Amino acid sequence: MDDFLLRALLAGLTVALVTGSLGTFVVWRRMAYFGDTLSHSALLGVSLGVLFDLNLNLAITLVCLLLALGLVALQGQRKLASDTLLGILAHSALALGLVAISFAENVRIDLMGYLFGDILAVGNGDLLWIGIGAVIALLLLLWLWRPLLAMTVHEELAQVEGVNVARTRLLFMLLIALVIATAMKVIGVLLITSLLIIPAATARHYVRTPEQMALLASVIGMLAVSGGLFGSYRWDLPAGPAIVVTAALLFFFGPHWWWRSAATR
Amino acid sequence: MSNNTPLVEAQGVTVHFGPRMVLDHVDLAVHRGEIVTLIGPNGAGKSTLVKVMLGLQQPNHGRVKSRPGIRVGYVPQKLSIDPVLPLTVRRFLTLTHRCSETRLAESLQEVGADHLIENQMATLSGGETQRVLLARALLREPQLLFLDEPIQGIDVTGQSELYDLISRLRDERDCGILMVSHDLHLVMARTDRVFCLDQQVCCTGHPEQRRSQGPTGGEQIIAGPLDGLAPYTHHHHHEPDRQGWCGSCHREEKHHG
Repeated sequence: MDDFLLRALLAGLTVALVTGSLGTFVVWRRMAYFGDTLSHSALLGVSLGVLFDLNLNLAITLVCLLLALGLVALQGQRKLASDTLLGILAHSALALGLVAISFAENVRIDLMGYLFGDILAVGNGDLLWIGIGAVIALLLLLWLWRPLLAMTVHEELAQVEGVNVARTRLLFMLLIALVIATAMKVIGVLLITSLLIIPAATARHYVRTPEQMALLASVIGMLAVSGGLFGSYRWDLPAGPAIVVTAALLFFFGPHWWWRSAATR
Repeated sequence: MSNNTPLVEAQGVTVHFGPRMVLDHVDLAVHRGEIVTLIGPNGAGKSTLVKVMLGLQQPNHGRVKSRPGIRVGYVPQKLSIDPVLPLTVRRFLTLTHRCSETRLAESLQEVGADHLIENQMATLSGGETQRVLLARALLREPQLLFLDEPIQGIDVTGQSELYDLISRLRDERDCGILMVSHDLHLVMARTDRVFCLDQQVCCTGHPEQRRSQGPTGGEQIIAGPLDGLAPYTHHHHHEPDRQGWCGSCHREEKHHG
């Protein structure tokens, strides 16, 4: 196997492992739009990184984390519904990122690569970055799992029973920001949310416990990455979109069509 | 600490959401072995008061004192679990604290829901969900129990069973209980004190004794066959022409304090 393909596969599988299980919480807590907002802001991170000559991975991670903190702070306000607020922020962040990139005239930027991912161009440095991000994210997710699940079911009940709700929520948002920053190179800002949501939603058909759902979502995400990369290698498809299409195929045409009773049993 | 110290006490609790006043200088205490029923119309601030007393929400003015280290059980008004979250009753009961199989079975038996243990939470009916919620509160062996409309969705037989259970909790465990009810005229018969709330504490009193029931009013006749229930009459000290929602309460007036 070619080196670049091996690196792509490693990076993709690592990212899918994390996004799959983290995605279950995004689905349970109805935070798809939150994920979109953070991922769109990642482009702003790219622009700032280029303009100020920073390490791009670092700049993206910092911007995502900062925006997550800002969103936590804004959640307290009651005037706007949160999907409206997130919609405003998502698209302004994306537009602002595109505007800022246009200032960097003498740097050649592959915009498509950032929007839709450039998994075949993953280098050893990127791989290391993805690996570190994934390890931190998985450890954090394991640590947060029980309190986060309790407050997802009923926040006030969890709080009465001793869960530190404010801290858990903050850490969870930072965790999503970290994962999005990590996944961006692989799948691009416009498609990241799909790797959070589609595998988790697909997994729901086959499981009876939260943990099974998280594990299966990771496996499904990894299948999607493998399928997408295969399509890209074999038929020269764009890799990021091919991964998402594979995930969507698994969601729409998976075996649950013939074996659909598990979810309702 | 003396026996008369309340388990929890709200002192002059005032809450407003923006310009809307929700609670206005409310005082309420729950003691050991005491069942307090909180009644009032929709939007009277009952659930808000419970949340303030649980420490889930900060009052704008006033304060809540509770005994240090007290074990609190809470049955929230609503629990809706999205079917996308796969969760069995067993798992739901042990979300924050693990416990032995025997304890799990016992607590579910106590609320008459032991057959549900392997069911998915999202498939339970309203009444079944209430029972499971109560079982989760019991698992914590509470000294103080907050029940926010615990009988909603439960049929009449189930209601009297539940009232029996609540009385037993008080009798056997000496638990203090604060129960919210939306029914203004029928309260649990074994309630020690009734607080009628509409932003302020409108009136307080006791449910009528069974022996005082006679063919005097429609409520009492309805109350007759319902085991565990007793009528509550609102007592007020002011002119009858200023009638409010519960007979004679009026929002602008402050009866207590």
